[in-house]
Amino acid sequence: MMVTRDDFKISEKPTWCPGCGNYGIVNALTKALVEHGIAPHEAIVVTGIGCGSKLPQYMRINGMHTLHGRPAPVAQGAKLANHRMRVILVHGDGDGYGEGLGHFAHAIRRNPGITELVQNNKIYGLTKGQFSPTSEQGKRTSTSPQGTVERVVQPLALAITHGATFVARGYPGKLSHLVWLIGEALEHPGYALVDILQPCVTFNKSRAYDYYNERVYKLEDEEGYDPTDRTAAWERAQEWGDRIPIGIFYRGEPVPTYEAQEPALQAGPLVEQPLGKLGQAQIAALLQELR
Amino acid sequence: MLDHDVTIRIGGEAGMGLESSGAGFAKALTRGGLYIFGVPDFYSRIRGGHNFFTLRAAPQPLYSIDDPVHLLLALDLETIRRHIDDMAAGGAVVYDAKETLPESLKRPGVLFVPVAMTALAKEIGGRAIMRNTLALGVAAGLLGFDLSYVESIIRDNFAKKGQKVVDGNLQVIAAGVEAAKPYKADYPFHLDAAPDAPPRLLLNGTQAFAMGALAGGCRFVSGYPMTPGSPVLIWFAQHAAKYGAVAKHVEDEIAAINMAIGASVMGARSLVPTSGGGFALMVEAVGFAAISETPLVIYNAQRPGPATGLPTRTGQADMLFMLHASQGEFRRFALAPGSLEEAFHLGWQAFNLAERYQVPVMVMSDQFLADTFRTIEEDALDFDAVEIDRGALLTKAELDALAEPYKRYKVTDSGVSPRALPGHPNAVFVTESNEHDEWPRINEEIDNRIAQMDKRMRKGDGMLKEVPAPTWYGPEDAALTFVCWGSTYGPLREAVDRLNAKEPGKANMLHFSGLEPFPPAGETALKKAKCLVAVEGNYTGQLEILIRARTGVVMDGAIRRYDGRPLRPSYILAHLPEALGVLPGKEA
Repeated sequence: MMVTRDDFKISEKPTWCPGCGNYGIVNALTKALVEHGIAPHEAIVVTGIGCGSKLPQYMRINGMHTLHGRPAPVAQGAKLANHRMRVILVHGDGDGYGEGLGHFAHAIRRNPGITELVQNNKIYGLTKGQFSPTSEQGKRTSTSPQGTVERVVQPLALAITHGATFVARGYPGKLSHLVWLIGEALEHPGYALVDILQPCVTFNKSRAYDYYNERVYKLEDEEGYDPTDRTAAWERAQEWGDRIPIGIFYRGEPVPTYEAQEPALQAGPLVEQPLGKLGQAQIAALLQELR
Repeated sequence: MLDHDVTIRIGGEAGMGLESSGAGFAKALTRGGLYIFGVPDFYSRIRGGHNFFTLRAAPQPLYSIDDPVHLLLALDLETIRRHIDDMAAGGAVVYDAKETLPESLKRPGVLFVPVAMTALAKEIGGRAIMRNTLALGVAAGLLGFDLSYVESIIRDNFAKKGQKVVDGNLQVIAAGVEAAKPYKADYPFHLDAAPDAPPRLLLNGTQAFAMGALAGGCRFVSGYPMTPGSPVLIWFAQHAAKYGAVAKHVEDEIAAINMAIGASVMGARSLVPTSGGGFALMVEAVGFAAISETPLVIYNAQRPGPATGLPTRTGQADMLFMLHASQGEFRRFALAPGSLEEAFHLGWQAFNLAERYQVPVMVMSDQFLADTFRTIEEDALDFDAVEIDRGALLTKAELDALAEPYKRYKVTDSGVSPRALPGHPNAVFVTESNEHDEWPRINEEIDNRIAQMDKRMRKGDGMLKEVPAPTWYGPEDAALTFVCWGSTYGPLREAVDRLNAKEPGKANMLHFSGLEPFPPAGETALKKAKCLVAVEGNYTGQLEILIRARTGVVMDGAIRRYDGRPLRPSYILAHLPEALGVLPGKEA
């Protein structure tokens, strides 16, 4: 059956500010799902806590709205239990690069078949404007009145370092490019990261559309850029200033996924395997260990 | 009162192989038709210190260890120093002849058996570490225990390492028996094998719970190593591939519980095994499971805290923490098995309760129950009784036939909403951690909050009917009623037996394995008792606090142990007069 935009329609009105980058992200995700023929019941969007993490409330799709910092382990548990489902992990920078930075790195090491979309607005929006792990050094906010001293977290370089084989950055101001990136990520066998420059027009005005529109450029337009060159990708992932790259930084040869290497899942998704009482031979084998 | 039991203790430094030799000997005695109760007592270190393993053997079932010790196998002098005053009259101390036994460690009425353990182990087996095997040979020799059972264990345990290793160990054992010969006539205790006894099982609380969980359909386990909870994770890791389960050691306990919640939402029966410190990290996610109405089983093998506390020791001090952990108010089950049989049964029942009520289920074990070995009858683990009841889980056929749009958090009389698993076109829904309405949409309105809170809390009515009632042991109408929970069952049961042997009808006991919701039968039972004494492994009297809060019943006395060591019958009896406020010199 054809998947259409209407399948994802919901009457709920988002709580996002007018002009919020999250509108573009939810649109891009919906379009990508339609383009790739993924129906609402075939996917589950696992989110953390923050403005953007309310996303599964604003489109018709399975979702898990979890805890701040913890959507990554919830998503991995979901994928291990039912690897036939598309698991899409969506959260902000505070969630995934702050409270959940450890989970982020560990998830990448395992290569679960999960698509991770990060609404990276470089600020805490839902708590009204505190600096985030990706806020520029020196940023003054309500919890950093003298300016932050921390250097920024480098999620893309971190992902490449830990063995991710699909690492990208998108920008809702280049919507069709973002739709394409999300689609490529969804089709990538294994873990795929799309970090998204999400303008927060209310609490991070210095990193809104004007700032990015002047600076972003697509790696796909960059002559000689080779996304299979891991070292070059790692260096490019840290470029930030007058020019800000978007696009696919790194696309490596796929490696076996977390779930593909799990013996119990060779017979199919865990939740589709019959759940019954142990057989006599199984019980006998267990008791034999105790004799 | 047990007349024919023999207690053997093997002690030495960490790294001397005490645990494996203790467990091996316990298995040999079980195969020989004896009942065993075996307790490891280990420091949290890999080398050095003083570790010991106590094995009590008898022709009748055992529920505890206790002093005195009839045979001490001392791999170092420290073992003698620590345990010489626990010896029974006529008991023997086997030690390495290379050591010079100080006069201060000698005791009248104790037989000292010097054996060139290290020298013989090196000479015959080629390795000094084999002195523990040699010591077992000496033990078998002194006790007159049929060597063939010990040999059968050696063969099973070392078969993988090849015939040469098997033969070496058998020769070392034989040398031990030989070394014991000159002392046999002077040693009054013996352990006779019962070759006609039916085959029995030897296991610990970890194995009992894990087998119960597996039998109950547990197919997803995620955890992070923490003594004494990790043995359940290890057990599942080692059995997962064979039994179609997924068991994952992940980056931390926060990840473990959140992964388990993710797996459970998708439909896998999920377990997180841990100890108190690990559970402390999981606390926020317990509330997530509760508000999202996700079934989850949490296993805590308690050890004494706070913080790192006594990592390898036992205690029962996490009860009130687990009963109240996480912000906000919600329903949960808290269960505390008292025996291996109960650990098995609650192991599978926990998953039914979790799914029937879509709530977190806490199972509280402790180091004592988790690590202690006991011999049980072959049919004591009743696999036939296991049922898998998935509660209000919508089948694919029911979802296919669904006429109305699906509401995940539908308000119902029972408080339980029919649960769909994500993946069906007729049930596209969000699992929600914010307060929500039935669909669910995030909803902060007054009426909705009350409706959803009431719905979730209404589950308590059904849960009250399912929580295990406390069980009685001992004569009715006893003058004295002990009250306990969890692993205290075994030692207290023997204390009750001893009191009644001295004075028939003196004492009985009431054991709680269901703590939350508090079983209604508990109040009735407590109010029947004439004199109540609570016995538990903590400082503040957590069961007493719980009983007083739930029933208004106040104990007449209490015995509390918080030194990290398991309760023992003799400890309980020694502290009873004080517990009852009886002056020294007067009978309790």
